[in-house]
Amino acid sequence: MIKTDALIIGAGPTGLFTAHQLKLIGLDCEIVDNLDKIGGQCIELYPDKPIYDIPAIPECTGEELTNNLLKQLKPFNIKFHLGERVDELKKDNEKWKVKTSKGTEFETPNVIIAGGVGSFEPRKFSPKECEQFENKTILYSIKDKKIFDGKTVSIFGGGDSALDWALELSKTSKINLIHRRDEFRAAQATVDKVKELSNAGKINLITNSQLKTVSGNGKLEEIEIENDNKETKRLKTDFALGFFGLIMQLGPIANWGLNLNKKTVEVDTEKFETNQKGIYAVGDICNYPGKLKLILSGFHEGALAARACFKLARPNEKYRFEFTTSSKTIKNRLGVKSD
Amino acid sequence: MAKITYIENNGTSHTVDVAEGLTVMEGAVQNNIPGIDADCGGGMACATCHVYVKDEWFDKINKKSEGEDDMIDQAYEPKKSSRLSCQIQVSPEIDGLEVHLPGKQI
Repeated sequence: MIKTDALIIGAGPTGLFTAHQLKLIGLDCEIVDNLDKIGGQCIELYPDKPIYDIPAIPECTGEELTNNLLKQLKPFNIKFHLGERVDELKKDNEKWKVKTSKGTEFETPNVIIAGGVGSFEPRKFSPKECEQFENKTILYSIKDKKIFDGKTVSIFGGGDSALDWALELSKTSKINLIHRRDEFRAAQATVDKVKELSNAGKINLITNSQLKTVSGNGKLEEIEIENDNKETKRLKTDFALGFFGLIMQLGPIANWGLNLNKKTVEVDTEKFETNQKGIYAVGDICNYPGKLKLILSGFHEGALAARACFKLARPNEKYRFEFTTSSKTIKNRLGVKSD
Repeated sequence: MAKITYIENNGTSHTVDVAEGLTVMEGAVQNNIPGIDADCGGGMACATCHVYVKDEWFDKINKKSEGEDDMIDQAYEPKKSSRLSCQIQVSPEIDGLEVHLPGKQI
Protein backbone atom coordinates (compact mmCIF):
# COMPACT_ATOMS: atom_id res chain seq x y z
CA MET A 1 0.00 0.00 0.00
CA ILE A 2 1.54 3.28 -1.17
CA LYS A 3 0.58 6.33 0.89
CA THR A 4 0.75 9.65 -0.88
CA ASP A 5 -0.73 13.15 -0.52
CA ALA A 6 -2.22 13.04 -4.00
CA LEU A 7 -2.56 10.51 -6.78
CA ILE A 8 -2.68 11.80 -10.34
CA ILE A 9 -4.39 9.70 -13.00
CA GLY A 10 -2.90 10.57 -16.39
CA ALA A 11 0.63 11.52 -17.41
CA GLY A 12 -0.29 13.99 -20.14
CA PRO A 13 0.73 17.66 -19.98
CA THR A 14 -1.97 18.53 -17.44
CA GLY A 15 -1.06 15.64 -15.13
CA LEU A 16 2.64 16.54 -15.34
CA PHE A 17 2.14 20.21 -14.53
CA THR A 18 -0.28 19.35 -11.73
CA ALA A 19 2.47 17.19 -10.22
CA HIS A 20 4.80 20.18 -10.44
CA GLN A 21 2.31 22.39 -8.63
CA LEU A 22 1.80 19.81 -5.87
CA LYS A 23 5.51 19.38 -5.28
CA LEU A 24 6.05 23.13 -5.31
CA ILE A 25 3.66 23.58 -2.40
CA GLY A 26 5.27 20.72 -0.52
CA LEU A 27 2.92 17.83 -1.21
CA ASP A 28 4.04 14.51 -2.58
CA CYS A 29 2.30 12.72 -5.41
CA GLU A 30 2.54 9.75 -7.75
CA ILE A 31 1.25 9.37 -11.30
CA VAL A 32 -0.51 6.42 -12.94
CA ASP A 33 -1.05 6.10 -16.69
CA ASN A 34 -2.52 3.32 -18.79
CA LEU A 35 -0.06 4.01 -21.61
CA ASP A 36 3.47 2.66 -21.31
CA LYS A 37 4.93 6.11 -21.90
CA ILE A 38 4.67 9.64 -20.53
CA GLY A 39 2.93 12.42 -22.50
CA GLY A 40 -0.67 11.32 -23.05
CA GLN A 41 -2.37 12.49 -26.26
CA CYS A 42 0.65 14.73 -27.04
CA ILE A 43 2.80 11.65 -27.46
CA GLU A 44 0.24 9.10 -28.58
CA LEU A 45 -1.69 11.17 -31.10
CA TYR A 46 0.51 14.00 -32.32
CA PRO A 47 4.17 13.76 -31.19
CA ASP A 48 5.41 15.54 -34.34
CA LYS A 49 2.62 18.05 -34.82
CA PRO A 50 3.45 21.61 -33.80
CA ILE A 51 1.36 23.31 -31.11
CA TYR A 52 1.10 27.11 -31.40
CA ASP A 53 -0.92 28.13 -28.35
CA ILE A 54 1.19 27.41 -25.28
CA PRO A 55 1.81 30.80 -23.59
CA ALA A 56 5.37 32.08 -24.18
CA ILE A 57 6.22 29.12 -26.42
CA PRO A 58 5.52 30.25 -30.00
CA GLU A 59 5.83 26.75 -31.42
CA CYS A 60 6.63 23.30 -30.08
CA THR A 61 5.72 19.71 -30.86
CA GLY A 62 3.84 17.38 -28.53
CA GLU A 63 7.09 15.60 -27.84
CA GLU A 64 9.00 18.80 -27.05
CA LEU A 65 6.24 19.96 -24.73
CA THR A 66 6.34 16.65 -22.86
CA ASN A 67 10.13 16.73 -22.60
CA ASN A 68 10.07 20.30 -21.28
CA LEU A 69 7.46 19.45 -18.68
CA LEU A 70 9.59 16.51 -17.56
CA LYS A 71 12.60 18.82 -17.36
CA GLN A 72 10.56 21.14 -15.17
CA LEU A 73 9.74 18.17 -12.92
CA LYS A 74 13.36 17.11 -12.63
CA PRO A 75 14.03 18.64 -9.20
CA PHE A 76 11.27 16.45 -7.83
CA ASN A 77 11.59 12.73 -7.77
CA ILE A 78 8.20 11.70 -9.07
CA LYS A 79 7.21 8.08 -9.20
CA PHE A 80 5.37 7.04 -12.38
CA HIS A 81 3.31 3.87 -12.65
CA LEU A 82 3.07 3.34 -16.41
CA GLY A 83 1.09 0.67 -18.23
CA GLU A 84 -1.37 0.55 -15.31
CA ARG A 85 -4.98 1.56 -15.40
CA VAL A 86 -6.77 2.70 -12.27
CA ASP A 87 -9.58 0.21 -11.91
CA GLU A 88 -10.97 0.72 -8.42
CA LEU A 89 -11.54 3.72 -6.25
CA LYS A 90 -13.19 3.33 -2.86
CA LYS A 91 -13.72 5.61 0.10
CA ASP A 92 -12.21 4.34 3.32
CA ASN A 93 -12.81 6.72 6.25
CA GLU A 94 -11.48 10.04 5.03
CA LYS A 95 -9.10 8.47 2.51
CA TRP A 96 -9.42 7.06 -0.97
CA LYS A 97 -8.22 3.53 -1.63
CA VAL A 98 -7.11 3.09 -5.21
CA LYS A 99 -6.19 -0.10 -7.05
CA THR A 100 -4.66 -0.44 -10.51
CA SER A 101 -4.95 -3.15 -13.16
CA LYS A 102 -1.56 -4.46 -12.03
CA GLY A 103 -2.65 -4.63 -8.42
CA THR A 104 -0.74 -1.58 -7.14
CA GLU A 105 -2.63 -0.05 -4.22
CA PHE A 106 -2.64 3.51 -3.00
CA GLU A 107 -4.11 5.31 -0.02
CA THR A 108 -4.54 9.02 -0.47
CA PRO A 109 -6.81 11.89 0.58
CA ASN A 110 -6.69 13.34 -2.94
CA VAL A 111 -7.19 11.84 -6.40
CA ILE A 112 -6.72 14.11 -9.39
CA ILE A 113 -8.15 12.78 -12.64
CA ALA A 114 -6.15 14.24 -15.52
CA GLY A 115 -7.30 11.55 -17.89
CA GLY A 116 -7.80 13.44 -21.16
CA VAL A 117 -10.57 11.64 -23.01
CA GLY A 118 -10.12 8.49 -20.99
CA SER A 119 -7.69 5.65 -21.40
CA PHE A 120 -6.27 4.46 -24.67
CA GLU A 121 -7.37 0.95 -25.58
CA PRO A 122 -6.82 -1.00 -28.78
CA ARG A 123 -9.67 -0.99 -31.30
CA LYS A 124 -10.92 -4.57 -31.44
CA PHE A 125 -12.38 -6.72 -34.20
CA SER A 126 -16.12 -6.13 -34.43
CA PRO A 127 -17.48 -9.68 -35.06
CA LYS A 128 -18.83 -10.99 -31.73
CA GLU A 129 -17.32 -14.45 -32.27
CA CYS A 130 -13.85 -12.94 -31.81
CA GLU A 131 -14.32 -12.41 -28.06
CA GLN A 132 -13.91 -16.09 -27.13
CA PHE A 133 -10.41 -16.11 -28.66
CA GLU A 134 -9.24 -12.70 -27.46
CA ASN A 135 -6.00 -12.60 -25.46
CA LYS A 136 -5.30 -16.18 -26.58
CA THR A 137 -5.19 -16.54 -30.34
CA ILE A 138 -6.71 -13.19 -31.26
CA LEU A 139 -4.39 -10.43 -30.12
CA TYR A 140 -4.06 -6.65 -30.35
CA SER A 141 -0.46 -6.38 -29.17
CA ILE A 142 2.49 -8.71 -29.09
CA LYS A 143 4.40 -9.54 -25.95
CA ASP A 144 6.30 -12.65 -27.04
CA LYS A 145 6.83 -13.14 -30.75
CA LYS A 146 8.13 -16.69 -30.26
CA ILE A 147 4.58 -18.03 -29.93
CA PHE A 148 4.14 -17.42 -33.67
CA ASP A 149 7.11 -19.54 -34.79
CA GLY A 150 6.07 -21.88 -37.59
CA LYS A 151 2.41 -20.82 -37.33
CA THR A 152 0.02 -19.09 -39.71
CA VAL A 153 -0.67 -15.55 -38.59
CA SER A 154 -3.34 -13.30 -40.13
CA ILE A 155 -2.55 -9.64 -39.53
CA PHE A 156 -5.23 -6.97 -40.06
CA GLY A 157 -4.49 -3.27 -40.50
CA GLY A 158 -2.69 -0.81 -42.75
CA GLY A 159 -0.50 1.22 -40.41
CA ASP A 160 3.05 0.88 -39.15
CA SER A 161 2.24 -1.67 -36.44
CA ALA A 162 0.50 -4.05 -38.87
CA LEU A 163 3.16 -3.76 -41.55
CA ASP A 164 6.17 -3.85 -39.21
CA TRP A 165 4.88 -7.01 -37.56
CA ALA A 166 4.05 -8.57 -40.93
CA LEU A 167 7.66 -8.03 -42.00
CA GLU A 168 9.13 -9.21 -38.72
CA LEU A 169 6.97 -12.32 -38.35
CA SER A 170 7.33 -13.29 -42.04
CA LYS A 171 10.81 -14.53 -41.11
CA THR A 172 9.44 -17.36 -39.01
CA SER A 173 5.69 -17.60 -39.74
CA LYS A 174 3.29 -17.81 -42.65
CA ILE A 175 1.67 -14.37 -42.96
CA ASN A 176 -1.67 -13.18 -44.32
CA LEU A 177 -1.79 -9.38 -44.31
CA ILE A 178 -5.32 -8.07 -44.75
CA HIS A 179 -6.31 -4.41 -45.13
CA ARG A 180 -9.64 -2.73 -45.92
CA ARG A 181 -8.25 -0.62 -48.80
CA ASP A 182 -5.20 -0.74 -51.07
CA GLU A 183 -3.41 2.25 -49.59
CA PHE A 184 -1.38 2.03 -46.41
CA ARG A 185 -0.61 4.64 -43.81
CA ALA A 186 2.79 3.20 -42.86
CA ALA A 187 6.26 4.54 -43.71
CA GLN A 188 6.89 4.28 -47.46
CA ALA A 189 9.99 2.10 -47.03
CA THR A 190 7.93 -0.39 -45.00
CA VAL A 191 5.14 -0.41 -47.59
CA ASP A 192 7.70 -1.04 -50.37
CA LYS A 193 9.23 -3.91 -48.45
CA VAL A 194 5.82 -5.50 -47.82
CA LYS A 195 4.97 -5.27 -51.54
CA GLU A 196 8.34 -6.80 -52.39
CA LEU A 197 7.72 -9.76 -50.07
CA SER A 198 4.18 -10.06 -51.42
CA ASN A 199 5.49 -10.26 -55.00
CA ALA A 200 8.03 -12.85 -53.90
CA GLY A 201 5.20 -14.90 -52.39
CA LYS A 202 6.50 -14.52 -48.83
CA ILE A 203 3.53 -12.51 -47.53
CA ASN A 204 -0.02 -13.20 -48.65
CA LEU A 205 -1.26 -9.62 -49.11
CA ILE A 206 -5.03 -9.20 -49.38
CA THR A 207 -6.45 -5.70 -49.81
CA ASN A 208 -9.97 -4.25 -49.97
CA SER A 209 -11.07 -6.93 -47.52
CA GLN A 210 -12.12 -7.13 -43.90
CA LEU A 211 -12.78 -9.77 -41.28
CA LYS A 212 -16.29 -11.19 -41.46
CA THR A 213 -16.20 -13.99 -38.93
CA VAL A 214 -13.92 -16.43 -37.15
CA SER A 215 -14.32 -20.03 -36.09
CA GLY A 216 -12.48 -22.71 -34.17
CA ASN A 217 -12.87 -25.30 -31.49
CA GLY A 218 -11.29 -23.88 -28.33
CA LYS A 219 -8.66 -22.09 -30.38
CA LEU A 220 -8.86 -20.08 -33.57
CA GLU A 221 -8.77 -22.27 -36.69
CA GLU A 222 -10.30 -20.32 -39.52
CA ILE A 223 -11.16 -16.77 -40.50
CA GLU A 224 -13.59 -15.62 -43.12
CA ILE A 225 -12.87 -12.36 -44.90
CA GLU A 226 -15.08 -10.37 -47.22
CA ASN A 227 -14.01 -7.98 -49.96
CA ASP A 228 -15.70 -4.82 -51.23
CA ASN A 229 -17.75 -6.85 -53.72
CA LYS A 230 -19.12 -8.97 -50.85
CA GLU A 231 -17.15 -12.02 -51.96
CA THR A 232 -15.95 -14.10 -49.06
CA LYS A 233 -12.89 -16.23 -48.62
CA ARG A 234 -11.90 -18.63 -45.84
CA LEU A 235 -8.34 -18.87 -44.57
CA LYS A 236 -6.85 -21.37 -42.14
CA THR A 237 -5.00 -19.52 -39.42
CA ASP A 238 -3.54 -20.07 -35.96
CA PHE A 239 -3.58 -16.44 -34.88
CA ALA A 240 -5.36 -13.23 -35.88
CA LEU A 241 -3.75 -9.91 -34.97
CA GLY A 242 -5.66 -6.62 -35.20
CA PHE A 243 -3.78 -3.31 -35.46
CA PHE A 244 -6.47 -0.68 -35.92
CA GLY A 245 -4.98 1.97 -33.69
CA LEU A 246 -6.13 3.09 -30.27
CA ILE A 247 -9.49 4.36 -29.16
CA MET A 248 -10.15 6.42 -26.08
CA GLN A 249 -12.60 5.13 -23.54
CA LEU A 250 -13.68 6.64 -20.27
CA GLY A 251 -13.30 3.14 -18.81
CA PRO A 252 -13.63 2.56 -15.06
CA ILE A 253 -13.92 6.31 -14.32
CA ALA A 254 -17.57 5.94 -15.33
CA ASN A 255 -18.14 3.68 -12.28
CA TRP A 256 -16.87 5.98 -9.55
CA GLY A 257 -20.11 7.79 -8.82
CA LEU A 258 -19.00 11.04 -10.42
CA ASN A 259 -21.36 13.46 -12.15
CA LEU A 260 -20.72 12.82 -15.82
CA ASN A 261 -21.67 14.88 -18.82
CA LYS A 262 -21.17 12.71 -21.91
CA LYS A 263 -17.53 11.68 -21.54
CA THR A 264 -16.52 14.49 -19.19
CA VAL A 265 -16.62 14.96 -15.43
CA GLU A 266 -18.45 17.93 -13.87
CA VAL A 267 -16.31 20.07 -11.54
CA ASP A 268 -16.50 23.39 -9.73
CA THR A 269 -14.18 26.16 -10.86
CA GLU A 270 -12.65 26.94 -7.48
CA LYS A 271 -11.06 23.60 -6.62
CA PHE A 272 -11.88 21.61 -9.75
CA GLU A 273 -13.44 19.15 -7.38
CA THR A 274 -16.05 16.66 -8.55
CA ASN A 275 -19.20 15.79 -6.61
CA GLN A 276 -16.98 13.49 -4.50
CA LYS A 277 -14.86 15.20 -1.85
CA GLY A 278 -11.15 14.75 -2.57
CA ILE A 279 -11.62 13.75 -6.20
CA TYR A 280 -10.72 16.41 -8.72
CA ALA A 281 -10.79 16.45 -12.52
CA VAL A 282 -8.53 18.68 -14.61
CA GLY A 283 -7.67 19.07 -18.29
CA ASP A 284 -9.74 17.77 -21.19
CA ILE A 285 -11.74 15.40 -19.01
CA CYS A 286 -13.31 18.08 -16.81
CA ASN A 287 -16.32 20.14 -17.65
CA TYR A 288 -17.73 23.44 -16.33
CA PRO A 289 -19.44 26.43 -17.93
CA GLY A 290 -17.00 27.97 -20.40
CA LYS A 291 -14.58 25.04 -20.41
CA LEU A 292 -11.97 25.22 -23.16
CA LYS A 293 -10.12 22.07 -24.15
CA LEU A 294 -6.76 23.80 -24.30
CA ILE A 295 -3.52 22.66 -22.70
CA LEU A 296 -3.19 26.04 -20.98
CA SER A 297 -6.59 25.58 -19.32
CA GLY A 298 -5.37 22.25 -17.96
CA PHE A 299 -2.37 23.99 -16.38
CA HIS A 300 -4.62 26.51 -14.63
CA GLU A 301 -7.02 23.83 -13.43
CA GLY A 302 -4.14 21.70 -12.12
CA ALA A 303 -2.64 24.62 -10.20
CA LEU A 304 -5.93 25.27 -8.41
CA ALA A 305 -6.68 21.60 -7.74
CA ALA A 306 -3.20 21.25 -6.20
CA ARG A 307 -4.00 24.04 -3.68
CA ALA A 308 -7.27 22.33 -2.84
CA CYS A 309 -5.35 19.10 -2.13
CA PHE A 310 -3.29 20.88 0.50
CA LYS A 311 -6.28 21.27 2.79
CA LEU A 312 -7.02 17.54 2.87
CA ALA A 313 -3.41 16.39 2.97
CA ARG A 314 -2.33 18.84 5.70
CA PRO A 315 -5.52 19.54 7.68
CA ASN A 316 -3.60 21.12 10.55
CA GLU A 317 -1.49 23.48 8.48
CA LYS A 318 -2.43 26.65 6.71
CA TYR A 319 -1.58 27.01 3.05
CA ARG A 320 0.34 30.19 2.34
CA PHE A 321 0.60 31.52 -1.20
CA GLU A 322 4.19 32.13 -2.31
CA PHE A 323 5.95 33.14 -5.52
CA THR A 324 8.74 31.02 -6.99
CA THR A 325 10.76 34.20 -7.54
CA SER A 326 10.97 35.06 -3.87
CA SER A 327 10.13 32.10 -1.64
CA LYS A 328 13.07 30.48 0.12
CA THR A 329 11.02 27.38 0.89
CA ILE A 330 10.10 26.89 -2.73
CA LYS A 331 13.68 27.46 -3.86
CA ASN A 332 14.81 24.79 -1.43
CA ARG A 333 12.28 22.40 -2.88
CA LEU A 334 13.51 23.21 -6.37
CA GLY A 335 17.12 22.77 -5.23
CA VAL A 336 18.13 26.22 -6.44
CA LYS A 337 20.11 28.84 -4.53
CA SER A 338 18.20 31.63 -2.84
CA ASP A 339 19.56 35.15 -3.17
CA MET B 1 -28.70 26.50 -44.48
CA ALA B 2 -29.12 22.86 -45.43
CA LYS B 3 -31.38 20.14 -44.11
CA ILE B 4 -29.29 17.20 -42.96
CA THR B 5 -30.77 13.87 -41.92
CA TYR B 6 -28.88 11.71 -39.47
CA ILE B 7 -30.09 8.12 -39.31
CA GLU B 8 -29.10 6.18 -36.24
CA ASN B 9 -28.10 2.54 -36.51
CA ASN B 10 -31.48 1.52 -35.04
CA GLY B 11 -33.28 3.45 -37.78
CA THR B 12 -34.24 6.55 -35.76
CA SER B 13 -34.00 9.52 -38.05
CA HIS B 14 -33.24 13.15 -37.10
CA THR B 15 -33.57 15.97 -39.62
CA VAL B 16 -32.12 19.33 -38.64
CA ASP B 17 -31.19 22.62 -40.30
CA VAL B 18 -27.46 23.17 -40.28
CA ALA B 19 -25.92 26.54 -41.09
CA GLU B 20 -23.63 26.90 -44.05
CA GLY B 21 -19.96 26.85 -43.07
CA LEU B 22 -20.41 24.30 -40.32
CA THR B 23 -19.51 20.65 -40.75
CA VAL B 24 -21.93 17.74 -40.64
CA MET B 25 -20.29 16.75 -37.33
CA GLU B 26 -20.93 20.20 -35.82
CA GLY B 27 -24.54 20.03 -37.01
CA ALA B 28 -24.95 16.79 -35.05
CA VAL B 29 -23.21 18.02 -31.89
CA GLN B 30 -25.11 21.33 -31.78
CA ASN B 31 -28.40 19.50 -32.13
CA ASN B 32 -27.52 16.80 -29.58
CA ILE B 33 -27.90 13.99 -32.07
CA PRO B 34 -26.88 10.72 -30.43
CA GLY B 35 -24.29 8.55 -32.11
CA ILE B 36 -21.73 11.20 -33.09
CA ASP B 37 -19.10 11.43 -30.34
CA ALA B 38 -16.54 13.75 -31.97
CA ASP B 39 -14.01 13.19 -29.19
CA CYS B 40 -11.27 15.32 -30.77
CA GLY B 41 -13.60 18.17 -31.67
CA GLY B 42 -13.00 18.13 -35.41
CA GLY B 43 -9.22 17.84 -35.54
CA MET B 44 -9.26 14.61 -37.54
CA ALA B 45 -7.35 13.01 -34.68
CA CYS B 46 -9.94 10.36 -33.87
CA ALA B 47 -12.62 8.50 -35.79
CA THR B 48 -15.62 9.04 -33.53
CA CYS B 49 -17.73 11.16 -35.91
CA HIS B 50 -17.76 8.33 -38.44
CA VAL B 51 -20.77 8.16 -40.80
CA TYR B 52 -21.78 6.23 -43.92
CA VAL B 53 -22.83 8.19 -46.99
CA LYS B 54 -24.81 6.36 -49.66
CA ASP B 55 -23.69 6.43 -53.30
CA GLU B 56 -26.20 9.04 -54.43
CA TRP B 57 -24.67 11.57 -52.03
CA PHE B 58 -21.08 10.36 -51.84
CA ASP B 59 -19.95 12.19 -54.98
CA LYS B 60 -21.94 15.36 -54.25
CA ILE B 61 -20.25 16.13 -50.94
CA ASN B 62 -16.70 17.47 -50.80
CA LYS B 63 -13.94 14.91 -51.36
CA LYS B 64 -12.07 13.20 -48.53
CA SER B 65 -9.37 15.23 -46.82
CA GLU B 66 -5.78 14.12 -46.91
CA GLY B 67 -5.32 11.64 -44.10
CA GLU B 68 -9.05 11.09 -43.62
CA ASP B 69 -8.83 7.49 -44.82
CA ASP B 70 -5.96 6.88 -42.39
CA MET B 71 -8.30 7.77 -39.54
CA ILE B 72 -11.20 5.79 -41.07
CA ASP B 73 -8.91 2.73 -40.92
CA GLN B 74 -9.25 3.08 -37.16
CA ALA B 75 -13.02 3.54 -37.10
CA TYR B 76 -15.60 0.98 -35.99
CA GLU B 77 -16.68 -1.10 -39.00
CA PRO B 78 -15.38 1.08 -41.82
CA LYS B 79 -16.91 0.61 -45.27
CA LYS B 80 -16.39 2.02 -48.76
CA SER B 81 -19.08 4.59 -47.93
CA SER B 82 -17.35 5.75 -44.72
CA ARG B 83 -16.61 9.41 -44.07
CA LEU B 84 -15.64 11.46 -41.05
CA SER B 85 -18.50 13.90 -40.62
CA CYS B 86 -16.12 16.61 -39.35
CA GLN B 87 -14.68 16.74 -42.86
CA ILE B 88 -18.01 17.19 -44.67
CA GLN B 89 -18.72 20.87 -45.24
CA VAL B 90 -22.31 22.06 -45.15
CA SER B 91 -23.43 24.18 -48.11
CA PRO B 92 -26.80 24.76 -49.85
CA GLU B 93 -25.75 22.21 -52.49
CA ILE B 94 -25.98 19.37 -49.99
CA ASP B 95 -29.46 20.31 -48.78
CA GLY B 96 -31.24 17.01 -48.10
CA LEU B 97 -28.08 15.00 -47.33
CA GLU B 98 -28.62 11.77 -45.44
CA VAL B 99 -25.89 10.20 -43.35
CA HIS B 100 -26.13 6.83 -41.62
CA LEU B 101 -24.50 6.30 -38.25
CA PRO B 102 -22.50 3.17 -37.43
CA GLY B 103 -23.41 0.72 -34.62
CA LYS B 104 -21.08 2.61 -32.32
CA GLN B 105 -18.20 5.05 -32.45
CA ILE B 106 -15.81 3.55 -29.93
